[in-house]
Amino acid sequence: MLLTIKNLSVYYGVIQALKKINFSVDRGEIVALIGANGAGKTTTLHTISGLIDPKEGEILFEGKDISHIPGHRRVAMGIAQVPEGRRVFADMTVEDNLRMGAYTRKDRSGYSDTLNMVFDRFPRLKERRGQLSGTLSGGEQQMLAMGRALMSKPDILLLDEPSMGLSPIMVNEVFDIIRQVHEDGTTVLLVEQNAKKALNIADRAYVLETGSVTVTGDAEELLNNDSIRKAYLGE
Amino acid sequence: MSFLTTFVNGLSLGSIYAIIALGYTMVYGIAKMLNFAHGDFIMVGCYIIFLFSSNLGLPPFISILIAVVLCTVLGITTERVAYRPLRNAASPLAVLITAIGVSYFLENLALLIFGADTKSFSSVITWSGLSLFNGELQIQGITIVTIAVSLLILLVLQLFVHKTKEGQAMLAVSQDRGAAMLMGIDVNKTITLTFAIGSALAAVAGALLASAYPSLTPYTGAMPGIKAFVAAVLGGIGSIPGAMIGGLVLGIIEILSRTYISSQLADAIVFGILVVVLLVKPTGILGKKIQEKV
Repeated sequence: MLLTIKNLSVYYGVIQALKKINFSVDRGEIVALIGANGAGKTTTLHTISGLIDPKEGEILFEGKDISHIPGHRRVAMGIAQVPEGRRVFADMTVEDNLRMGAYTRKDRSGYSDTLNMVFDRFPRLKERRGQLSGTLSGGEQQMLAMGRALMSKPDILLLDEPSMGLSPIMVNEVFDIIRQVHEDGTTVLLVEQNAKKALNIADRAYVLETGSVTVTGDAEELLNNDSIRKAYLGE
Repeated sequence: MSFLTTFVNGLSLGSIYAIIALGYTMVYGIAKMLNFAHGDFIMVGCYIIFLFSSNLGLPPFISILIAVVLCTVLGITTERVAYRPLRNAASPLAVLITAIGVSYFLENLALLIFGADTKSFSSVITWSGLSLFNGELQIQGITIVTIAVSLLILLVLQLFVHKTKEGQAMLAVSQDRGAAMLMGIDVNKTITLTFAIGSALAAVAGALLASAYPSLTPYTGAMPGIKAFVAAVLGGIGSIPGAMIGGLVLGIIEILSRTYISSQLADAIVFGILVVVLLVKPTGILGKKIQEKV
C-alpha cells in the first residue's frame, strides 16, 4: 500500500472530528472519499498533509509512519494536495504559483520539464503565465491549483472538492484532467461532494459519516448500492 | 534654516522611520502580528552600540555589527519564546498583549542595567557633511548617510523578496500560510527569518537614530517605534514599498510641523494623521483591498 491510515483520531478542541478511521490507497489507484458536509473529509486530507496533528493513530506512507514529520517535509516525500477552495497565491503570477509548487525541488532541468508537462496538460495556464492568479476565473484557478500541486512530482495527489463552485462544463473538464493525471502514473485520493462524478472515475471508495468510515467497496459496487444511491446520489 | 534644509532633515528622520516601519510591516505581513516590542529592539541596539563604542572604545562600525547580530538573536529568541507558543491561540489579542509585555520587560531590564539617567551617545558618523548653494542647503553627514542607508536597505529587501527562494517563501506565507506549507515551505523557519531581518533593521535604525538624536534612555525606542507603526499603517501595512513611503511622508510632515507650526503640536499632528488615514483609507497608501473570491 502506498498510503495507509490506521486508527486515526483528530480533535478540534473537545470535538472529535475523526473517530479512529482506517483506509488505504494502493499505488496507481484512484480512491474516492465521499460523505456529507462535516463528515471529516477535509480534516482527513489536512491530517495527511500535516496541516492538523492527529491525537492518535498512524499515517503510513510507503510503510513509514509520517504522522510526526512536519507537514512541509511530507511534500518532498511525495504527497501533494490541491486544497479546498483552491487557495492559489492571488498576488502572484500564474508562473510564480507554479514555481512555488516546485519549491521542494532542487533540479533545474527537471523543473522546466515538469513546467512544460503542466503547460501541455493545462494550455490555458501557458497562455496566462504572466497574469496575476487572483484575476483568473474559478475554473482556471482550479487548473492552476492542480498544476501547482503537480509541480512537486508527487506520488500521491490529494484533491479536496475539485468541482466545488464550477460550472458543469468546467466540472467535466476537471474530471477529465484527473483521469489523465492518473493515467500518467499519479495515485489519486479524491474528496468529493459530487459522489456520482467521484464514483465514476474512482477504483474504490470510502464513505465517511460524522467522523467514521461506514461503507467501503469498489466504486462500481457503491454506484449500484441502494442506500448509497439514496443518501449520496440523490435518487 | 532654509526650507530646503528643513525638508532634507525631514527626509532623514523619515528614512529612520522607514527602516523601523519595514520591520513592523514585514513581521505583520508574514507572521500576522504587530510586534509592539519592535521599538524597544531599537533601544537595545542603541545601548549595545553605546556599550561597545563609547565604553569599550571599539570602532563604530564594529559596534554596529555587534548590535545587529545581538538584536537579531534577540528577535529570534523573542519570537521563539514569547510569540510562537501563542500563534494558534484562540484570540489574536493574546500575542498582541504579549508583545506589549515584552516591550515593558525590555524597557525595565534596560532601566535595571543602565539606570534612568540619559546617556549621551557619540555619533557613529564623524563626517561633518555638505554645505550647498552658498549655505542655503546645509546637510549633515549623518543625514546623508541615513538617507543612503535606507535606500540601500529598501533595494536589497526588494531584491531579496522577489529574487530569492526564501523571499518567495515569505510572499507565499504572507498570502496563505496553509497553502505555503502545502508547497513544502517551512513556515516556522520563514517567520523566524522575518523576525531576524526586522530585528537586524531595528539595530541599524538604532545606530542612525542615536547618532542624529544623541541622548539615550530606556524609552528611546518607544516613541520612534509607535511613529514607525503609524508610518507602516499610512503606507499600507504589509507592504514593503508602503513602509518606505509612509516613513518618508511621516518624517517630512513631522519636521515641517515642528519648524513651521509648533514643536509641541508636531506629535499630535503625526498621530492625527493615523486617525485620518484610518477613517479615509484604512488600507493605507499602497495597501490592498481585502477581498475574497469564492
